[in-house]
Amino acid sequence: MSTPITRDEAFLQFLLRMGDNTLILGHRVSEWCGHSPVLEEDIALANTALDLIGQTQFWLGLAGEVQGNGQSADDLAFLRDVWDFRNILLVEVPNGDFGRTLMRQFLFDAWHAIQLGRLMTSSDTRVAAIAEKTSKEVAYHLERSADTVVGLGDGTEESHRRMQEALDYLWPYVGEMFQSDAVDAEMVAAGIAPDPASLRGEYDALIERILADATLTIPDSRFGHRGGRTGKMHTEHLGHLLTQMQWLQRAYPGSNW
Amino acid sequence: MSQLHNKPSVDQIWEWLDAVPDPEIPVISLVDLGIIRGVEWIDDTLTVSVTPTYSGCPATSIINLDIDTALRDHGIEHLELKTQISPAWTTDWMSDKGRAKLEDYGIAPPQPAGGPERCPNCRSTNVTKVSQFGSTPCKAHWRCQDCLEPFDYFKCI
Repeated sequence: MSTPITRDEAFLQFLLRMGDNTLILGHRVSEWCGHSPVLEEDIALANTALDLIGQTQFWLGLAGEVQGNGQSADDLAFLRDVWDFRNILLVEVPNGDFGRTLMRQFLFDAWHAIQLGRLMTSSDTRVAAIAEKTSKEVAYHLERSADTVVGLGDGTEESHRRMQEALDYLWPYVGEMFQSDAVDAEMVAAGIAPDPASLRGEYDALIERILADATLTIPDSRFGHRGGRTGKMHTEHLGHLLTQMQWLQRAYPGSNW
Repeated sequence: MSQLHNKPSVDQIWEWLDAVPDPEIPVISLVDLGIIRGVEWIDDTLTVSVTPTYSGCPATSIINLDIDTALRDHGIEHLELKTQISPAWTTDWMSDKGRAKLEDYGIAPPQPAGGPERCPNCRSTNVTKVSQFGSTPCKAHWRCQDCLEPFDYFKCI
């Protein structure tokens, strides 16, 4: 039996989870820059990535403050190793094709929008302020990713097939967003954040509606890969991603623009 | 306290800031954009509160640098820039002067309805959305069905 987690430790873990999700997804989405099927989509993905990375600065900036050892958001993004990351596994899976990227975005945006809506009433005013700010951007992300999922799902035979494949592939990563642990229990007790499990009903209602419009079938299984948000087990993809994202700062420590 | 008489008035500071252009849309000022939330003297230090438009807006650091440079050029020595994220920036804070200038420049100003009222080039209301995202996070990409020109729409948030 491990020692109980303190409130400060739990708060730090919570902030890392929020910031690492947006950091890793932001990096993944930015990989499309210059490669999207059409210019408008390229710009849309680049702008989404930019928002997510901007949001990361708020979350990891606050994480650094709470940690209290002088680490900046940049330090936390570029100088931690893979086992210190607390993002859900969904955001680290490779982009795949455009359909898989947009499906991943939609599955994340739907959760993100609901989570931020709850965080706007956080007992921690800094968390509430970040949620208030970022939820406006995320509402926009969700509007776009939902539109695109419907457009492609209810599109041609090929686009429909690819979107169904994307949903089938990504579905086992959805469950992790709603798993609760000791960190979450502390956050609920402090009134800082909701119990992840309490978001599932609203999430299911939202995605069922959109995926029905997209003529896509949600897989039966509720099996969920886990390990990302606790840091216990990431996918093999995260190390490769960090190698690319962090190499400049690792090779030339302290360098800046 | 001997320096009190050297402190420009808050109104004067607002006027100076209203002459600082937005780095990405230089026809409107930072004050027009509604991102300067407060100007206040605290003893001999001038505090300026700035609200970011979008979390990832790359212009944010340039904006802070421009404010710093402009005020120092006017002789302000002790200056503190504060980032204020709540209440979150909204396009409701954009001035009418700023909205008119945006449209003259070819960018449709934000509308509560969620889309541009008319084409900023030919004023036709026959417009259609190309993409929810445009050349910067704050804009969307639209097109006029009459003059066929594409144009930026400043998103309403």
